Amino acid sequence: MRPFSYERAESAAAAAKAAAQTPGARFLAGGTNLLDLMKLEIERPEHLIDVGRLPLADIGETADGGLRIGAMATNSAAASDRRVRTRYPVLTHAIVAGASAQLRNKATIGGNLLQRTRCQYFYDPAKPCNKREPGAGCSALGGDARGNAILGASEACVATHPSDMAVALSVLEAKVETVTPGGEVRTWGIDEVHRLPGDTPHIETNLAPGELVTAVVLPQPPKGRQEYRKVRDRASYAGGLFSLALAGERLALGAVALKPWRAGRAEAALVGGASPAEAAEAELGAAQGGHRNAFKITLARRVIAAALEGTPYR
Amino acid sequence: MDMPVRAATRASFEITVNGEARRVEVDLRTTLLDLLREHLGLTGTKKGCDHGQCGACTVLVGNRRINACLSLAIMHEGESVTTIEGVGLPGALHPMQVAFLDRDAFQCGYCTPGQICSSLGMLAEVARGEPSEVTGDLAAETIPLTDEEIRERMSGNICRCSAYPQIREAIRDVAGAPA
Repeated sequence: MRPFSYERAESAAAAAKAAAQTPGARFLAGGTNLLDLMKLEIERPEHLIDVGRLPLADIGETADGGLRIGAMATNSAAASDRRVRTRYPVLTHAIVAGASAQLRNKATIGGNLLQRTRCQYFYDPAKPCNKREPGAGCSALGGDARGNAILGASEACVATHPSDMAVALSVLEAKVETVTPGGEVRTWGIDEVHRLPGDTPHIETNLAPGELVTAVVLPQPPKGRQEYRKVRDRASYAGGLFSLALAGERLALGAVALKPWRAGRAEAALVGGASPAEAAEAELGAAQGGHRNAFKITLARRVIAAALEGTPYR
Repeated sequence: MDMPVRAATRASFEITVNGEARRVEVDLRTTLLDLLREHLGLTGTKKGCDHGQCGACTVLVGNRRINACLSLAIMHEGESVTTIEGVGLPGALHPMQVAFLDRDAFQCGYCTPGQICSSLGMLAEVARGEPSEVTGDLAAETIPLTDEEIRERMSGNICRCSAYPQIREAIRDVAGAPA
């Protein structure tokens, strides 16, 4: 791990300002993703701004019947909150489907949203990666990575976003609140936060440099059933090969792209009277797989159809 | 609380470990795990993968189990940490330690301190009614500690000797059989 300097932020606005003004600065909250990457020297911050003690961990009702989850709430706290469990069960199910209990006790909601890909080539400094080094090339393209993206990928990057939580937030149409280095409070739709790779996979979100996530805001839940299904290589504590969040008439997919994938085409097809299989096809018609991950398209098609048909998950 | 707002390369701060307030002075890069093992001589907490994958370094901060390897020591200024040495010592073992012995819940023993700290954190989570991925009814006030729940909730602790069935039995002995 490279040396760094450290400060404990006194406010969210001060943290954002300091992050924009200090070269090589990174926010530190739970640290479970950042410190892992720092040990591998994939992340090499020169300065850490510890935002973990900011008073942003509360979960509270909003005026319009939704719920506001502070960015520093731990994954465990959010998943265990009784209001989340009863009104937004898809969010609890998604959070507890990710990582281990130890990690969920430490990792924050803001950090979960902004965690970096688990692409094995991103994690291997001996291999070129356009995320780590723009222009270096993508080792996962044609590589041995069966977890690669099947939607929205590019010639520069085929990584996926690893968050289960973000898939549930997408289907719940959550908003993400931030504060900019200039002190402005901004609100993003969940689907506006993350970027597809294009030819700049090293730029992962639309947030400005130094912009700090302060909360996730859930609108009132949609009517109808909510569900999260995750398919992976082990029964527990493994990243998803494919996941799906369902809430009422809405559908979002995980582990298929570099962002949580709201399945608007499948939703529109269902409204138009399509069968579950046809709806899955509407979303996956544009999917592309390589020699190692093409199975994910079949997997996705089957899991989407099963979820829409209501086939029991467990 | 004595809170340094800024530090260049090293920091001096107080942390409570196993009930004892300690003042430490460390390189900022020091993880909580290295602080415990190399600065405070508490080598009961083990370093396995050092990347949050194996759970050997599990300790309790407050009553929450975390991976000590994925946390900087400075992040725990003023907090209270419990390691396996604080759970129980020879002659005054914790019931969970006794149960691990009774059930022969290890072979090499390297993962055992993490397993025991994790199991104590896990039982506290269940007592608070916190759900896991296999919890059927999220609205339920109490969660029965079935074998399936124990397996899921302990999945962050790897046992290379695969003593999982015995570990599960030891935890059940302490928790009481599910209803």
